[in-house]
Formats: sequence, C-alpha cells, structure tokens
Amino acid sequence: MANDVIKKLKGKIEKKILHWEEKSPKRYYITIPKEDLLEVVEFIFVQQKARFIIESGIDTPRGIEILYHFSFDRLNKMVTLKVLVSKEKCEIESISKLIPGANWIEREIAELLGVTFLNHPDPRRLLLSEDWPRKEYPLRQKVKENK
Amino acid sequence: MRDKTVIPIGPFHPLQEEPEFFELIVEGEKVVDVDVHIGYNHRGIEKIAESKTFDQMVFLVERICGICSTSHPIANCNAVEDIAGIEIPERAKYIRSIVGELERLHSHLLWLGLAGHFIGYNTLWMWAWKYREPILDLFEAITGNRNHYAMMKPGGVRRDIKEEDIASLLKGLNEAEKKIGMLTRAALDDPVLAARLKGIGILSKEDAIAYGAVGPTARASGVSIDVRRDDPYAAYGLVEWQVITQETGDVLAKTVVRLLECFESIKIIRQCLKKLHAVKGEIATKVREIPPGEGIGHHEAPRGETFHYVRSDGSNTPVRLKVRAPTYVNLPTCKVTVPGENVADATLILASIDPCYCCTERVTTINKKTGRRELRGEDLLRLCRKKTEKIKKKLGKLNG
Repeated sequence: MANDVIKKLKGKIEKKILHWEEKSPKRYYITIPKEDLLEVVEFIFVQQKARFIIESGIDTPRGIEILYHFSFDRLNKMVTLKVLVSKEKCEIESISKLIPGANWIEREIAELLGVTFLNHPDPRRLLLSEDWPRKEYPLRQKVKENK
Repeated sequence: MRDKTVIPIGPFHPLQEEPEFFELIVEGEKVVDVDVHIGYNHRGIEKIAESKTFDQMVFLVERICGICSTSHPIANCNAVEDIAGIEIPERAKYIRSIVGELERLHSHLLWLGLAGHFIGYNTLWMWAWKYREPILDLFEAITGNRNHYAMMKPGGVRRDIKEEDIASLLKGLNEAEKKIGMLTRAALDDPVLAARLKGIGILSKEDAIAYGAVGPTARASGVSIDVRRDDPYAAYGLVEWQVITQETGDVLAKTVVRLLECFESIKIIRQCLKKLHAVKGEIATKVREIPPGEGIGHHEAPRGETFHYVRSDGSNTPVRLKVRAPTYVNLPTCKVTVPGENVADATLILASIDPCYCCTERVTTINKKTGRRELRGEDLLRLCRKKTEKIKKKLGKLNG
C-alpha cells in the first residue's frame, strides 16, 4: 500500500526523471526538468493528495536549485522534487495558482535568492524592506554573513 | 457602493507584542479583505547557520523562538540525524519526548490565556498563566532553565533525568493535570466563551489542505495530521496516545483541540517518566562527522509541524538550512477565515492559529560598510511616519 504511491509516481513521470534517489524508505529526492514542473506538481498535490510542506532554494555552483517538499503523511513518505534553474535565466513557473500555500514562500525565494516566479498572483516583496537594493540577494553564496 | 476603510493593526501588535502588520479592509463593521505584512524582524538565521558548525546550529535554531524553543532543536537534530543515519539511544528518546511535550503544555496554556485576554476575558488569562507557572518549574527541575532548555544535540540529549527526581516530577505533573482539568471544564462550559468563539473564523477542510495548514489549526478543521504519529521519532512510537481532531474549524474547535491535547501530552510524559526507571544507559550517541548529503527533520511543535531541511557537503558546517515554522503556513489562512467577519472578531481569529512571528521571520539589516545595525530609534520613527503617510494616502484613495 505504502509503496503504491511511489510506484504510481515513478510510472507517471518515468520519462521526466533526471535523477531518482531513495535516501531511505521514507525520503525520496527526484530531479525533474523545469518544463515539467507544473504537470508533476499537479499529479502529486491534486491527484495523489500529498500535503505541500514548503518550497526552498539553494545557491549551488551549477545554478539555483529549487526544492519542493511534499509529504504523504499517512504513508510516512516524503517526496522532494528538485529543479535546477540557471543563474543567467533565473526564472521558473509559479505553483501558487495550484497551491495557494506556496504564495508566501515563492515571494520569499524571489527576494532572497533572485528567482523570478512566472505568473505569480502577487509578486510583491515579503520580508525585505522596500529600500533594500533590487539586485542584491542575501541568500546567494557570494553574499557573506557580516560577523 | 459603501465606502471601504482600512484599519491598520500594527506594525507593532498592541496585544501580541510582536512586529507584524495587518491591514483590515472593512465595510462598516464587516471585514472584506485582509493583507498581512511581515518582515519587520527578519534575522537571517538561515544565512547565519551556514557559518556555524552542526553543534552550534542547534543553539542558533533554539533562538528562533522563545516559546517553542525546543521544537526547532528537535527538528534540526532529526534532520542532521537523517543525513548521517544516526539512531539515538532509547533513553534519549524518552527525554526528548518529555521536554517536547512539556513545551506543548506550557505553550497551549499560554495561548489559552492570550485568547482570553484578546476577548477581554482576563480571568481566563490569569488562570491559564497561573497554571502555566508550575510547568515552567518542572522545566527548571529537568533542564535547569525555564526557557531555552539547551537539551538537544545531534545524537541525543545533553542532560539526563536523575532517578531520584522522577517521583517529584510525577507529583508535579499530577498537580498540573488536576488544574488543567478544572480549567478545561470551566472554559468549555463557559457560555461567554462559547458565545465569542463558536462559529467564527471557520477554516474549511479544503482550505486547510490548500494552504497546507498544520497542527491544531489543521486538526480543528478535520485534517488528521500529526508528525508524532505519522513519522514517529523520539519516543512517540513507543507510548500510547491519541491525535485530537475536531470537525467544525472555528475558533472554538481550535481551543478544544489545544485543551484536549494537553491531556495527551500529560499521558505521554507520564509514560516516558515511568519508562526511565527501566531504560538505562547512554543519553547520546557519539557523532564524529556528518557525511555529505541532505536530510529532513520535523517535529510536531505546539503550533504544528516545524520543518528543517539541512544539506551537508561533508565539512563541519551545513551548506544550507531551511526552516519552515508552522505559522508560516497557518497565518496565510487568514485570507479565507477573516473576510466576512466582524472587526471585533478579526483580532481573535488572527490569534486563533497561535501565531509566532519570530518563528516566521528569520533577517536584521546590517550596513555592510560600517557593520552596524541600520535601524536606530530615529530611523524607526521615520519609517513609522512614512508608513502612516502611506496608509493615509491609501485611505484617501479608497474613500475618494
């Protein structure tokens, strides 16, 4: 039963998987191309009824990695979707229309990591003040914490 | 069409005493829309974590919040242990659960008191906070601190509970149970409370799922999620207890869930304390190094699931720490719970999720050239005036 969801997911997105990692029977990390994001999120959240935990971003040498954490609570499985966006063309489709709960976190990632979320319903700043410089993104690796 | 007015609550909340700013857009007495502005106290903890070692990081995340100050460390340790595949000793598991559940007790009582205070029912406030005090005393006996317990570390806990202390802890717990029982019966029987709390600020099951709500906010709307049951960590899989849910989704349901959860917490603590008689041994596994990889840890904090994601590159500091506090997903539900309600109820509905803003925001602006904090008293005054001007202009626009 518990593995059915994972099998279904694997079957559905088989061709789209760039990398599949089963860290433990409870944790799955799946890398997909950014073009397929909305379709896969729709499948996991709307059709399979996973709970959306949160989205987050990491500045890596290869580009900005965006992570989408989902949980199948009653099955005790967590699925993390990973999408890589390049720093040159740092934009990705917003999932806030599918999941209203992603609204805030996408605004936060946009200002802290400089990722543009296309078709976001409310692309204002969330945490940084209005007079913070436009092109300075505090969570990028080149910004050092001031000790 | 009638004129719309903006009622500002904040940027410093007069009751919750935390920096947040609600814009209530009202037509007469009725709220038609609400907008939340946060970020007044963003401290950049996720950034600071990148320069701390794994051991130091636990102390850092403990400072995210003063009320759920053990929830972040538990979630963080779970995440680090998930990366390295560390299994903690059984005795440490019981101690973790004891501290985690005591925190739920004191936090739920704190909320109940605040909720009473919000609706002008100060008797409830004083009762709840009076009975919260002995819980803090229990904390002091176990951890040495009333708050910021510094009990967790990757691999286990830092302090043991002494055999000779268990009897007095159980006694304190029994006392607390009696008092909370009395308070619960009084609160749930009270016609004044029922009149103010019943049927207001309803969060439907669908909306709770769409917004990803967690904790008592979700459980009061019939969404049965609880990390302690769904992904058992610490001792939650080793003791008997139940997940409390309600169906109506109003403020009363959230109150009932929190009050009944107190008794489940007491049940858990009692079982754990008794097990400590039999389960002896180490309280921490030695953790030598954290291998490269990523890990997810979560903990059911009093307000809901606290989520930590940690990535390691094999060095002694993490590459990235992502913290998602429960209020971050619970607060946006006000978009659906507040509109349609009276102004007088709005403050209570906004408080019904038991919001914690210091958890939700984690940056302080530092001037890079001087290394000083950028906001001083006069700056705050200037910003405050600027904001008032802005609101005035907006009001003019709406009314004009």
